[in-house]
Amino acid sequence: MDVFWQTLVAGILKGGLYALIGIGMTLIMGVMGIINLAQGQLMMVSMYITYVLFSALRIDPYLSLAIAMPALFLLGVLIQKYFLNPLLKVDTILPHNQVLMTVGIGMVLTEVIRFIFKSDYRSVSTTYSNKTFFLGHISFSVALTVAFGIAVMFTLGMFLFLMKTDLGRSIRATAQDKEAATLMGVNTGRITVITFGLGSALAACAGTLLAPVFYIFPDIGGPFTSKAFVITILGGLGSTVGAIFGGLTLGIAESVGSTYLGMDYENIIGMIIFVGVLVFLPSGFKRLTKV
Amino acid sequence: MSFFRTENLVKYFGGLAAVNNVSFEVREGEIFGLIGPNGSGKTTTFNLISGFHRLNSGRVVFKGQEIHRLPTYQICRLGIGRTFQVVKPLGRMSVLDNVIAAAFARVNTLREARDLALETIDFCGIVPVQNLLAKSLPIAWRKRLEITRAMATRPALLLLDETSAGLNPTELLQAIDLIKKIRDNGTTIIIIEHIMHVIMSISDRIHAINFGQTIGEGTPQEVAQNKAVIEAYLGTDYA
Amino acid sequence: MKKNLYPLIFLLALIVLPLLLRQEYYQHLIILFMMWVIIGSAWNLLAGYTGRVSFGHAAFFGSGAYAAGLLTYHYAISPWWGMVTGGLLATAVAFPFGWITFRLRGAYFALATLALNEVLKDAAKIAEPLTNGMVGILIMPTFSSKLPYYYIILFMMVLTILCMRLTVHSKLGYYFISIREDQEAAESMGINTTRYKMISLCIGTFWTGLAGAFYMNYMGFIDPSVVFSLQDLSIAAVLVGIVGGVGTIYGPAVGAFIMIAVQEFFRSGFFGLFKYFADKTGSSAFTTVSEFVKTAHTLGFGLLVIFVILLLPNGIVGDWPKIKRKVFRIKPEN
Repeated sequence: MDVFWQTLVAGILKGGLYALIGIGMTLIMGVMGIINLAQGQLMMVSMYITYVLFSALRIDPYLSLAIAMPALFLLGVLIQKYFLNPLLKVDTILPHNQVLMTVGIGMVLTEVIRFIFKSDYRSVSTTYSNKTFFLGHISFSVALTVAFGIAVMFTLGMFLFLMKTDLGRSIRATAQDKEAATLMGVNTGRITVITFGLGSALAACAGTLLAPVFYIFPDIGGPFTSKAFVITILGGLGSTVGAIFGGLTLGIAESVGSTYLGMDYENIIGMIIFVGVLVFLPSGFKRLTKV
Repeated sequence: MSFFRTENLVKYFGGLAAVNNVSFEVREGEIFGLIGPNGSGKTTTFNLISGFHRLNSGRVVFKGQEIHRLPTYQICRLGIGRTFQVVKPLGRMSVLDNVIAAAFARVNTLREARDLALETIDFCGIVPVQNLLAKSLPIAWRKRLEITRAMATRPALLLLDETSAGLNPTELLQAIDLIKKIRDNGTTIIIIEHIMHVIMSISDRIHAINFGQTIGEGTPQEVAQNKAVIEAYLGTDYA
Repeated sequence: MKKNLYPLIFLLALIVLPLLLRQEYYQHLIILFMMWVIIGSAWNLLAGYTGRVSFGHAAFFGSGAYAAGLLTYHYAISPWWGMVTGGLLATAVAFPFGWITFRLRGAYFALATLALNEVLKDAAKIAEPLTNGMVGILIMPTFSSKLPYYYIILFMMVLTILCMRLTVHSKLGYYFISIREDQEAAESMGINTTRYKMISLCIGTFWTGLAGAFYMNYMGFIDPSVVFSLQDLSIAAVLVGIVGGVGTIYGPAVGAFIMIAVQEFFRSGFFGLFKYFADKTGSSAFTTVSEFVKTAHTLGFGLLVIFVILLLPNGIVGDWPKIKRKVFRIKPEN
């Protein structure tokens, strides 16, 4: 029974961070109606920022949140402003050209990082990277637990921001009906730019929090993009609460899968969930929870 | 055997009845008007007939066959063509290609489809624009393209959804002529129209609905004097 | 007839070329080019004509490659029989997949292809008894010279292009484009949209699978990360499709040429330019850059994707009038 609880705890901790990446992607999905297939790559960039700050200046990863998040916010803003918004005016036969653009951006980010840092595995080995503590018979990774806590904080913060502030309301309005929002005086062009920035900043947050526990290499972005997109679909495209459920579900499923089936199955499980959702629950958890 | 009839159509969206218990019968060869204020359920009725929405209850019978469980494309193949209120041109195809694509509902080779399309284009009077891209057309021609495309599927029954909206007086007269010509050529028509004098002048019979329910049916004269219809359009003070 | 003139000249040139160009390296490049024309055309039928973008075309390429490889490896059946099997298996994979995903609107199909790509890659890695897992499959090549392969793939490419032309200029083509332009209008015109999307998918995946099977025979070696590669196959297929021009018959040929050119440009270190500088100046910086550039064709692909989507959204063939106007300063007639 301990094995089971241990698996569950590991899954939930991981799931909290997945949720953070998923919410970023979901926000973008909601406002722009596109899946951002560079989400994992943006996260990877923030991991490298954390790595550089740590190895060159000895800045603790948790402190570098204050640098990585604004940096990625800016990167996201630039991407949206100069690479995605111009596509709205482009007349083309090609469907989903914005999604394709994010694929291209993801590839360029990965290769630029590879150019600078090579393909080597790097790590941010803090004093707490491998520390664990016990509750009963179940071990908790210190880094993951703290990361989970911070992730929950940011998730709640994001939620309050969307619900309570004017800017948050404008974002939700744009997500619900772009045309109506424009007519009500919302500058939707600006909103898309800010949203992409926020989405990237959330990815940066997850990346920085994961840096102490994961090996860092240029290709780590791809798998996380797939995870984020499974979460987004699982949660019902565009639903923030759905993304939280989606993140936790994926985290637990992966954890259970790798404990009981073997490590090889960790990645394939996400995809199986994805196919299952497509077949049986096309609008994701949104249909079950109505949020 | 009746040509076309609907029996007690009911359609809910959420908890709201968009169409509630609407029944009417259309005789072969007539122009049948469907009127009602905005949001009264006219377009929804068309969507129910052409299979875009599924009925909650009721029946649609065309030439003795129940069609309300069939998919849209089969309903078209059985001989019910339709136009859309918000026109749907196939934008990056030429007008001719738009019509050829529709003609393939009846024939299989490109040569036959082309002949059929050219014939229909001539009949509907859009020869001058046949080589232009559909998305480049002004609204009056787009509306005509909708009708032409529907006609190329050789329908026995044609559903026209506000094909005169947004036209200037000259274009309006041309549109009315075309509709009459289509009827005279043997196609039965159900028409939704907002412009009262148009529908009053071309319809053989009219069915009026409001809030998804039938409020009157008869010849244009009968409907024009129907108290419920006047009320629905002008308010209770005028009734 | 004039319309067919350039393609015919091009075809003749391709028939004669290997007799003049005896270096195997160039023959190899042209073989790859022709294989990519097939993949690009197949992708284009689905994306450019039917409006259903596949982000995971490697799924079908890989299925075809494995079908051919496994038949030879386990049953010693001639890999050339495996070719047809490859196309059929790819179609067999596509069929249930399309059945599920075509019911859904929006970008679901595109994203689902991406997922299918990943699932099949992982499956090929895990199913070791069948596929040898990460080790891959090695078979003996049938011919030692490149020429037979050259003419086989040339024949296949011609067949593919003929198939595309016949398809596009028939009822099927008109139906595909109608679906791309407006699904609801298409339904109201009597088009069974689900059926015709399936037909488009099946034709497209058959040729892709065939190309995969050819790759197995030609290279003699495959493993999951090669034939199910997201970047070097799935994204490259998209690239070939969009660079030349979606929704055009010869666009994929232009796209394939540019894709191969970019890839070789990088692989050769800008045609040895950096190595030349490194030798000349003795500077280690050039050596470093040269080493990087050799493996950086992915960067080239990524930049090309961004460039084309932003500036040539309809590809070189599709935007040819625009290019003529801007680059050559030729005013459009009237």
